[in-house]
Amino acid sequence: MNDTYDLRISESHIEVHKFRTGAILVATLLALVIQAWFPMRVARTALLDLPLLVTIYFGLSRRNPSTGLLLGTAIGLLQDSLSGPTIPLGLFGIAKTIIGYLASSIGARLDTEHPAARFALTAGFFMIHQALIALTRRILLAQPEPWFNWHLFLAALVNAIVAVLLFVLLDRLRRPS
Amino acid sequence: MAAIPARHKSLVLLAGVILLQVLLLAVQIKRDSQGRLIRSWTVGAVSPFERAGSYGFGWFREIWRNYFALRGTRQDNEQLRHENDALKLQNAQLQGKAAEADRLAALVHFRQSQVDVPMVTARVIAGGPSTASFTIELDRGEKDGIRRDMGVITPDGVVGKVIETYPNTAQVLLLTDNHGGVGAMLADSRIQSPVGGMGEPLLAMKYVPNDDDVNVGERVVTSGMDHIFPRDLPVGAIAEIKPGNPFKQIRIKPAANLERLEEVLVLLTLHPLEMNKPNDSASAQPSAPAASNAPPAAKP
Repeated sequence: MNDTYDLRISESHIEVHKFRTGAILVATLLALVIQAWFPMRVARTALLDLPLLVTIYFGLSRRNPSTGLLLGTAIGLLQDSLSGPTIPLGLFGIAKTIIGYLASSIGARLDTEHPAARFALTAGFFMIHQALIALTRRILLAQPEPWFNWHLFLAALVNAIVAVLLFVLLDRLRRPS
Repeated sequence: MAAIPARHKSLVLLAGVILLQVLLLAVQIKRDSQGRLIRSWTVGAVSPFERAGSYGFGWFREIWRNYFALRGTRQDNEQLRHENDALKLQNAQLQGKAAEADRLAALVHFRQSQVDVPMVTARVIAGGPSTASFTIELDRGEKDGIRRDMGVITPDGVVGKVIETYPNTAQVLLLTDNHGGVGAMLADSRIQSPVGGMGEPLLAMKYVPNDDDVNVGERVVTSGMDHIFPRDLPVGAIAEIKPGNPFKQIRIKPAANLERLEEVLVLLTLHPLEMNKPNDSASAQPSAPAASNAPPAAKP
């Protein structure tokens, strides 16, 4: 699963990265723990969605849609499980499944190593993620949920900035090619 | 099972994973009034088919009931139509017989109230041969004792007189004929004047001076002066009064319904008769129209 292979699309050469053993698992668990713990200490950090950033990063890096969506599913369901009884299992799971699929699909077609690309993609994925959450809440749960507002726009920017920095850190978990 | 192309495997996987999570959500979510969402979805998914099945079954049932099950309806309808026609005919016959029975009962009552007056009941078997002659033909004649100039009446009033006799039939000239007439008088004022026909439904009372007080609706009865009809038989009621010179022009509506005669009584005598007073008749037959001033329309 960690094998390295190349995708050649439109004359472009895009490398598929592999990571150190257990890196994905550790990073995911760490993101979930921080996400659960940090906002309790620093309220402003509630804007961050670290599980989403991890999903996006590994999706863009792995560049395999099946792997990306399964990773998104796992992260989302774990996030649902840790979110308490008010969040039903599947709410974040569905959203992150789709984000994982989209990220890995886009990662297979574009070079996402540039910080600007990472910033833009993360901001876009955050908005899509929020739209999926709102859609699920409105349709399935019959709960009011804004599609988007300035607060969410700010959160998208913050997550995109943090993603640029975080992704550099996560790049260190890659096996050298 | 058809193999899924490799480039679509991830899409299929995505759809499957999302579907599983949606079902997972549905199992968990419990809405206020609809129970668990999975139950709501299940009902929502199944109910259209149930509804379609119900409509389809209803449609099929209607088709069956309204078309296929009606194969014998045409014959049934024809049979019922024939039965209905037969029943209508039977009903009309029964109504006619009932009306006839009523008329005959009235005649019997009248005869019973005039037991001293010889008379015979006759059935009208034909009308006049032309519109210019107001005559009828009876089913009784000379063999039954009927002779010319005998009076013909009904319990309602005077009809006319016999103008021709045959062994088994007799011809009667109605009051409404131009040559018909009867000695009459006003029932209240006792003013006497002959009443004659004019070839139309109304009669004319010819010789009532303008000075005499006469009112519309006043009864006209026989005076007995013609030696055909006894006194005080109803002739009719005054329908119209116009001043004339020197006599009033009085129109009388006949008491007997001369246009729809079916049974009559023939007075079997050529001598002056004295009949019971109408009031006596009335007391003996309170429901008989002859005792009242009812217009002919009251007679069936």
